[in-house]
Amino acid sequence: MEITLLINGAEKKLNVEPRTLLVHAIRDAGLTGTHIGCDSSSCGVCTVVLDGKTAVKSCTMFAVQAEGHAITTIEGMANGGKLHPLQQAFYDQHGLQCGYCTPGMIMSAHALLQHNPSPSEDEIRFGLSGNLCRCTGYQNIVKAVQQAAQMLQQPVGTAADD
Amino acid sequence: MSVESTNLEPKGIQGLGKAIKRKEDPRFIVGKGGYLDDINLPGMLHMALVHSPYAHARILSIDTSEALKIPGVKAVITSRELAGASLAWVPTLAGDKQMVLADGKVLYQYQEVAAVFAETRQAAADGAAAVQVDYLPLEVVVDPFKATDPSAPVLREDIQGKMTGAHGPRRHDNHIWTWDVGSKDETDKALAQSEVRIKQHMVYPRSHPAPLEPCGCIGDMNKATGRLTVYMTSQAPHAIRTVLSLVTGIPENNIRVISPDIGGGFGNKVPVYPGYVCAIVGSIVLGAPVKWVETRTENLTTTGFARDYHMDIEIGATRDGRVTAMKVYTLADHGAFDAAADPSKYPAGLFSICTGSYDFQKAYAEVEAVYTNKAPGGVAYRCSFRVTEASYLIERSMDALALELKMDPAELRLKNFIQPQQFPYPSALGWTYDSGDYEKTLKVALDRIGYSELRKEQAEKRARGELMGIGISTFTEIVGAGPSKDFDILGLKMFDGAEIRIHPSGSAIVRAGTRHQGQGHETTWAQIVSEELGLDVDKIIVEEGDTDTAPYGLGTYASRSTPTAGGAMVLGARRIREKARKIAAHLLEVGEGDIEWADKKFAVRGVPGKSVTMNEVAFAAYTNLPPDLEPGLETTYYYDPPNLTFPHGAYICVVEIDQGTGEVRVQRFVAIDDCGTIINPMIVEGQVHGGLTEGFAIAFMQEIAFDNQGNHLASNFTDYLLPTSLETPRWETGHTVTPSPHHPIGAKGVGESPTVGSPAAFVNAVVDALAHLGVRHIDMPITREKVWKVLRQAGVDSF
Ligand code: FES
Ligand code: FES
Repeated sequence: MEITLLINGAEKKLNVEPRTLLVHAIRDAGLTGTHIGCDSSSCGVCTVVLDGKTAVKSCTMFAVQAEGHAITTIEGMANGGKLHPLQQAFYDQHGLQCGYCTPGMIMSAHALLQHNPSPSEDEIRFGLSGNLCRCTGYQNIVKAVQQAAQMLQQPVGTAADD
Repeated sequence: MSVESTNLEPKGIQGLGKAIKRKEDPRFIVGKGGYLDDINLPGMLHMALVHSPYAHARILSIDTSEALKIPGVKAVITSRELAGASLAWVPTLAGDKQMVLADGKVLYQYQEVAAVFAETRQAAADGAAAVQVDYLPLEVVVDPFKATDPSAPVLREDIQGKMTGAHGPRRHDNHIWTWDVGSKDETDKALAQSEVRIKQHMVYPRSHPAPLEPCGCIGDMNKATGRLTVYMTSQAPHAIRTVLSLVTGIPENNIRVISPDIGGGFGNKVPVYPGYVCAIVGSIVLGAPVKWVETRTENLTTTGFARDYHMDIEIGATRDGRVTAMKVYTLADHGAFDAAADPSKYPAGLFSICTGSYDFQKAYAEVEAVYTNKAPGGVAYRCSFRVTEASYLIERSMDALALELKMDPAELRLKNFIQPQQFPYPSALGWTYDSGDYEKTLKVALDRIGYSELRKEQAEKRARGELMGIGISTFTEIVGAGPSKDFDILGLKMFDGAEIRIHPSGSAIVRAGTRHQGQGHETTWAQIVSEELGLDVDKIIVEEGDTDTAPYGLGTYASRSTPTAGGAMVLGARRIREKARKIAAHLLEVGEGDIEWADKKFAVRGVPGKSVTMNEVAFAAYTNLPPDLEPGLETTYYYDPPNLTFPHGAYICVVEIDQGTGEVRVQRFVAIDDCGTIINPMIVEGQVHGGLTEGFAIAFMQEIAFDNQGNHLASNFTDYLLPTSLETPRWETGHTVTPSPHHPIGAKGVGESPTVGSPAAFVNAVVDALAHLGVRHIDMPITREKVWKVLRQAGVDSF
């Protein structure tokens, strides 16, 4: 069936089976930054943000259910070549190793910071507990989210150019 | 909370010891990594596998007719079709052979029975669900100790009655090999004469590396050119190409293996799996590219498991705490095929490092491997070939001995460490340790954690009835396999290669036979070249994983990349520097003997300010050469290390146990690692964080368990538990530096030390917390349920 998804601000017309998972639809649309890591909605590498604020594991949703929602994926985070503070912070703090969990982790952190702009370490750990990482032990991921929270709170204009 | 961002930008000359940010990260953080499943080729078909619901059963019939009726399904293959191509069975890396698709019977639950090829992923899955297989269930062998029973059913009928295997005589039909090392008689004698003896049985449970990216493969046979391109999640693409050539008969130069970005490996992505073979065969037969990406369930149930060592140790000591001898017997459960990826001469890997950091005069170790109805594997999961089992065994046992002697476990260790002046140290089981300073590293860790105060705190808490424990592990690793005189896999010697090409404008591309999966080679190899040649790290590109372009090498696992390919990178760069020196002399119009390499430039000795940079030399190598010198500035270097390297560390863990629920809370964990020279401290710390987290997972959560029918009880992430950010403790890391005397820059490798060293620290801490209740050992994973039962048995009230 024909559906139209709004992904990163662009309308994508897709032909999907009713059973097609959102993650497959996103990836088949060429946005392969959203990954797949499990069959049981446990790992979070498929996380995207719905309507600018809700982190969703895109393997838990059918593509048809996402019609009418704005979907943000990792590819939609950088703004005109400038990294989003979360992306910058993951880079600065060595918040990734193999990089497979990273897009989902950044999207979950993005939703977390929408709801709680200055989370404590425990709140970060709780907020990211739906996202597994096999490489980093989470410690530098937590640091990255703390850095991003700080960067996002700086007044516009002074934001983290140095 | 304020967060410091002190890591350096990867720009300019940045050599050893610099915490520069990773050069590979920019593509990953924007979602532009290129992992296997991100590759889509025109006309590509998808493959799905049919799996057995039984752990041991005869196959009576396979009916593919319904599957073939499903729209989009192109073909189904079974063992019969593979037999036509002589691919029904393939050799394993351990000298055994294994079925690609079940041939007559299945030997473990989820074994691959048929492969379905279709136009879409969905049609392939529908096709796999429609294949009808009739099974006759057979008696199942789950317990490795029962495998050796004369009444046990014969699992491997293909080798029934064949009493010699790849590693010597087989004692019965479910026996694979027995391997031993050391002097049994002398060890028995020394034990008999020892004033104190302890015995302990312990199990290193079956685990699974479970990288977040599952395994996958795309076979792409181009019938017009006869060229086979294989995209594969492989930690060892060159070895895979050789194996593929040997089993398919396609000339090796007509096979190109590309290992794209890999989403974690940890040893899971070393072997060749049936799914890979089927995707390649499918492409050859159907003339179209075929993609197979396993599901998580397929990953956990069929691909390389790790550990499953059942160990009995006996240690002798003097009453004042000096160790005299150790003897080990291990039963190794290898599953249905011996598919461990160990070097040929070492069927039990490097398990004979089990004397650890201690000066044992006598030792003997015996390992017996058996077949059971479980998936094959025995891979080196974040581990250098069974060193994890060995390290756990000795570090756990040292605590058991300390308890018996009523001695502090730190004191017992200090008393028995190999001393710095004893290096190079010949161990009782045949290794020559390169360097180490165990006492220094332990003292740094004891200081850092405040050991004596903690012991006081523990005594106070115990007096109040609270449960607190402190666990130490002072492990020695053995990595960097390895020197070609001893190390090969399928005859392929385990050296590694590096290629360095410096272009006229001073940028460079370097390639290695290794394949990183998150370890940061794109950064660390560039730092080595920057250090040795004075080039900017941002002008050095590192490439690995394409067998058409990279030099041969055996890949990345067992912490071997830095000791092997890292060595090749250093010596290759130095070879280039020697040639560059001639060009520099020509440019500076002096004799070569007047040139010195100082401050990462070529300078005229004694003439300040007269120098040329490597950039200038690179340009001259293509534009303005001295007469008689071969143009260009490139080299390929193969490095055959003279010895292995022996990183070590001292880890201390503090736990508290909730006596009501059995919950163990890790309060602190200090990890002091000594991996020799550090290339990038940020990356080393990251590796340690990750490795400790996997050690924590193994100690408390992860287990591949089976019921008595051979049903797999951990087939997805809801049953096979990985730690999240919530459970994972905060790690406190540090290091000492004892360089390897034989590695060109003194580096030893670090990626696996924390997984090797930490499980014993966790378990020792738990047992220490419960020792006064009479508890002597608890097998991993230490779940709340186990601790709860232990507490109740010890008569501790819940409230
Ligand atoms: S793929 Fe694992 S949670 Fe979606
Ligand atoms: S960086 Fe590899 S899974 Fe997180």
